[in-house]
Amino acid sequence: MRGTIGALLAKDLALELRTRESVPAMVLFSVTTYVIFHFGLDRNTVSGDLAAGVLWVTILFASILGINRLFVAEHEQGGFDGFLLAPVDRTALFVAKALALFAFLCIVEVVAVPAFAVLLLGPSPAQALPGLLLVLALANAGVAATGTLVAALAIQTRARDLIGPLLALPLLVPVVLASARATTPLLQQGGAQPLPGDWLAVLALYDLVFALIAYAVFDFLLED
Amino acid sequence: MPDPEPAVSLRGAGRRYGERAALRDVSLELAAGQTLVVFGPNGAGKTTLLRMLATLLRPHAGEVRVLGSSLPDDGYAVRGRIGFLGHEPLLYRELSGRENLRYYARLHGMLAPEADGAARIGAVLEAVGMERRADDPVAELSRGMVQRLAVARAVLHEPELLLLDEPLANLDPAAAAQVQPLIGRASGRTRVLTSHDPAGGLAGADLALGLKGGRQALLAPAAGVTPEQIAELYA
Amino acid sequence: MLTTALGLVFFYAPLDADQGFVQKIFYIHVPMAIVGLCGFVAGGICAVMHLRTREARWDMRSYVSIHLSIILAVGVLVTGSIWARASWGHWWVWDEPMLVSFLIVFLLYATYWPLRFSIEDKEKQARYASVFAIVAGAFVPLNFAAVRMAQQFVHPQTLATTTGGMPPKFALTFVVALAGITLMFITLCKYEMASKHATFRLRALRRRLAGDDDFAATTPLRSAAPQL
Repeated sequence: MRGTIGALLAKDLALELRTRESVPAMVLFSVTTYVIFHFGLDRNTVSGDLAAGVLWVTILFASILGINRLFVAEHEQGGFDGFLLAPVDRTALFVAKALALFAFLCIVEVVAVPAFAVLLLGPSPAQALPGLLLVLALANAGVAATGTLVAALAIQTRARDLIGPLLALPLLVPVVLASARATTPLLQQGGAQPLPGDWLAVLALYDLVFALIAYAVFDFLLED
Repeated sequence: MPDPEPAVSLRGAGRRYGERAALRDVSLELAAGQTLVVFGPNGAGKTTLLRMLATLLRPHAGEVRVLGSSLPDDGYAVRGRIGFLGHEPLLYRELSGRENLRYYARLHGMLAPEADGAARIGAVLEAVGMERRADDPVAELSRGMVQRLAVARAVLHEPELLLLDEPLANLDPAAAAQVQPLIGRASGRTRVLTSHDPAGGLAGADLALGLKGGRQALLAPAAGVTPEQIAELYA
Repeated sequence: MLTTALGLVFFYAPLDADQGFVQKIFYIHVPMAIVGLCGFVAGGICAVMHLRTREARWDMRSYVSIHLSIILAVGVLVTGSIWARASWGHWWVWDEPMLVSFLIVFLLYATYWPLRFSIEDKEKQARYASVFAIVAGAFVPLNFAAVRMAQQFVHPQTLATTTGGMPPKFALTFVVALAGITLMFITLCKYEMASKHATFRLRALRRRLAGDDDFAATTPLRSAAPQL
């Protein structure tokens, strides 16, 4: 199992490095969204709950881009067949793709979060950083689990670019909700407040539930 | 001593596509080491049959047994022993031939502790004549070269059963001759292949199956079938 | 049985006329919400059975259950909106966790039909719909918990009156309304399933009459409905 996941993950990372399709687009999209927020909200800086909201909505929509592209290579180049013919546990594909999406999100956030701090954030994020990293990690896990499942569902439909976001956005509302509420005290104007533990618990619960469900049903999406 | 179990055995196998029957009531037995050639017009069910044997499609009716395992329940057990060459080469266009093969080798557990997986990749690349261009992205290769790489991918894990859907498509005569030892009769493996060439197909096979509209129109030892009978399928 | 239940609902309601007409909405709104939620979860459970047994009738049950729950969800949103307007003067309030959660749930399940419709192969369509139903069914309670938690910190639980501490007269009406709507749901489920059964049997007969080669003539257009 681990070998299969390793093979799949290595292949996906190699492809992404070679084609540079998803990650740069997600980064650019994030920065552009900040600009749009600036004009849309008519604010030079944001803090507190507004900052948390802007940050998480942007990350959410950038994730949608990544989700849409996740299985495209498999679908268009017959990669599903190639994988299905191998004597491997098919759930490895879910794990590998979720890990890939998680990795892409982390890379995107390495650029997008500092960009946010520079462009829009009022208070300095230095104090908030450890807490923020924790929330980002938990949120990314949730997006990765749900996003991979939705991507696998959507890739077989005719209108996959539409079905993907339509499914993912409502399903990710709890992630955005919990992440924003958790981040709000970190980005307060007067200095970072402590991280609220219960919202982290909600995120962790979401991650667990959806990871388990996705793990259980993924096989059914692949077979024919 | 009881007869060894046939490598491929179908009994009343069927597969629906919506309300249409893509394959209906197909029954045959193929012994190990023998070759089955499948003829039929487009849409007759040839590809469906091959994909079903490859465990890519579940049978909707009847019994299907491949290499001693019943499909779909025991499909897992046979996947590593089947080599499938379909219409798609199943190669990632941005990766090189070698990288693609290495990926498939890892999937088939060939690169695990032993290093002879890498040697096998090299050997297969040489056998299909792609040694020199193995490190170019697949997108830069001609169709014939891609087909050769596809053949390499199909035989990489030394399968017992080969399922070949028009294997010589896009191959010039020289390339076709080059891959014969790997996927032709000389390979000694059990083979099921589709063909649009009545004379050539019959010559290289032990058993001939003719499909029409998803149904079995003809099943006989290849030696006793004439090209005219095959032509009737296309009428 | 169903008609008597519905009749009871409408005859009891006037008993509480002193509460004002608006309060009566509550007797429809909340039971619809409860039945709708149970319907979504039931759809998920039927989907699990479908994946386990691969029998088309479980997919049919899942589809019908979700189908009707979506309609109930629309009802919840509409009645909730009317109630909000009457109680607080706005057509929509974010403070009502039930309403907000239902909006999210509705938006999610509204994708059920487009999802089914856009997969042509019927077997695959049923399988993918089942996966969706399971994920969405698990999502519903999680969503409610999260939204409720969010409201709790901003506004104290002003809607505690909706469930606990009801005087007996109201409680009875509520229970009857709940029973009525549950029965209505189940009846509609059975009705829709029976009607689909009949359609398929008719189609199968027609197919047999036309002879199998005539498939193309009798094959229906793409549809989102499950097949038996």
